[in-house]
Amino acid sequence: MQDILLLGIETSCDETAAAVVKNGREVLSNVISSQVALHAEFGGVVPEIASRNHLEKIDEVIRLAVKEAGIGFSDLSGISVTVGPGLVGALLVGVSEAKALSYALKKPLIPVHHIEGHIAANYISHADCQPPFVCLVASGGHSHLLLVEDYGKIKIFGRTRDDAAGEAFDKVARAVGLGYPGGPKLEKMAKEGNPDAFHFPTAKMEDSPYDFSFSGVKSAVLNEMNRKKMLSEEVHVADLCASFQENVTEVLSEKAILLCKDLGVSRLAIAGGVSANGKLREKMQEKAEKEGISFYSPKIILCTDNAAMIAAAGYYEWKNGNFADYSVNAYPSLSLTEG
Amino acid sequence: MISLGIDASGKVAGAALVRDGELLGEITLCLGLTHSETLLPACISLLEQAKVSVEEIDLIACTKGPGSFTGLRIAAATAKGLALARSIPILGISTLEMLKENLSYIPLPIHVILDARRGQVYTASFLGGQCIRTEQACSLSEVLEFAQSLEGKQIFLGDGVLRYKEEIYAALGEERLIFPEGSSLLQRASSLTLLAEKKWNAGEREVFHLEYLRKPQAERQKEAGELKDFQIIEEECAERVGKTEDRLSAKNYPV
Repeated sequence: MQDILLLGIETSCDETAAAVVKNGREVLSNVISSQVALHAEFGGVVPEIASRNHLEKIDEVIRLAVKEAGIGFSDLSGISVTVGPGLVGALLVGVSEAKALSYALKKPLIPVHHIEGHIAANYISHADCQPPFVCLVASGGHSHLLLVEDYGKIKIFGRTRDDAAGEAFDKVARAVGLGYPGGPKLEKMAKEGNPDAFHFPTAKMEDSPYDFSFSGVKSAVLNEMNRKKMLSEEVHVADLCASFQENVTEVLSEKAILLCKDLGVSRLAIAGGVSANGKLREKMQEKAEKEGISFYSPKIILCTDNAAMIAAAGYYEWKNGNFADYSVNAYPSLSLTEG
Repeated sequence: MISLGIDASGKVAGAALVRDGELLGEITLCLGLTHSETLLPACISLLEQAKVSVEEIDLIACTKGPGSFTGLRIAAATAKGLALARSIPILGISTLEMLKENLSYIPLPIHVILDARRGQVYTASFLGGQCIRTEQACSLSEVLEFAQSLEGKQIFLGDGVLRYKEEIYAALGEERLIFPEGSSLLQRASSLTLLAEKKWNAGEREVFHLEYLRKPQAERQKEAGELKDFQIIEEECAERVGKTEDRLSAKNYPV
């Protein structure tokens, strides 16, 4: 069979990324221009700034991805692009560029759901990672517990009732004065703290055991901060961070293992920015091992937003014949299609 | 020489095709749909109707602002994608200059005003093809003040006219004003493309960047000291995932 070389383009949030991936699994290039430092000044991603910078960087990023892959545009089999969900202005830069490239190069255009991309990051890192498997997707904008029945075929079992897991990390980090982005900073701080110093509540979801809620634990941390401040007592930030992280990673890993057991699925994967969290990876690995479940996690560089994952997901969309015409738009709140 | 012009800076999505200074065709869509859905299909059907292949295009003309931020970027990213694929240049043209082209053969002062919201307009004024008031974002009253300082009849065009007609009448009086009707009032891709080809042939070369004439709101707030809880944090934030600390440098991360 002829090799399928896909260019992936990702601009849904604050990373401008392009990559070339062969047959959905082999990464030939993985170029990222990160805007993290630009947005740090504002304590979060500023959509207009993100969109402006995507437009400035996108050509260079694509050119570099093709060059690093050692190919020319004409060698590509198609172009896959994130069409949603994400920041609409940011998405539109990637979508408009991809459409024009696809038309002018006469290569098919493949629309990719951002979350499907995150899930596909596991295919790159693990040759033996194949459906069916349970996947926990946790990032700044998403928290889903789902079953990947087949490539591009997903069934959602759990979602967050309020904040996404990564959002809770960011908010707590901000409240304790660590700044943005909160996840990596909070994790670093937590290393110095005692995870059992505080016992924060976990939300009980009677009707849906796989759903999450992080607003309770987030509020508990903020209340503890305020209480200490009112008493003019010193806040032990490291302990707070460690205990918060312990709470969230415990909930995430417990629910993921529970779903594996309930469905009788023996493979478990994680995806999304929060899956870069060392504590979460450690807990999932431990619990999975205990239950005889194979555990997969993407390489750290593939956990956060990148385009290699979009090209990998695009490969399976290609195989399913999911192509877009040139009226395709950006869909900021695109939901995952089950089926 | 064949040039394709694309514009989505305002209400209309437009595409025009010009060969050696002559208009081959133009599509203007004002459908209320997202420009993202209509702009590239409009270019494609124009090329098909004109029986021009994408390989034959020598130059892409694109509005470089001011205008709707998102619309400008849809057109700019489309232009960039086409230009990158075909290794052809993009020449950016100011939206205000492009609008002036609709009527620049008339020897009267032309004030182009685009509604920039927040009580402002994006504006520039021209006479006989020359710029007599530079591009800026300012209040309408500043434009009117300038217009009052000029003699005789004057033309106002651009989507700001739709919003501020009454105010302009009140300031200058009906007998001194010309408001173009219909297609001359708003952006026209043919004006863009014909002007771009002219400028290209006159030797104008410029790296294509959008010029928004207005900073993002967050930046303006920061400068005004309104962002209370922002903090400049050390740049090691990207360290954990191993990404570059440089601002906006692109790097390959082998997997």
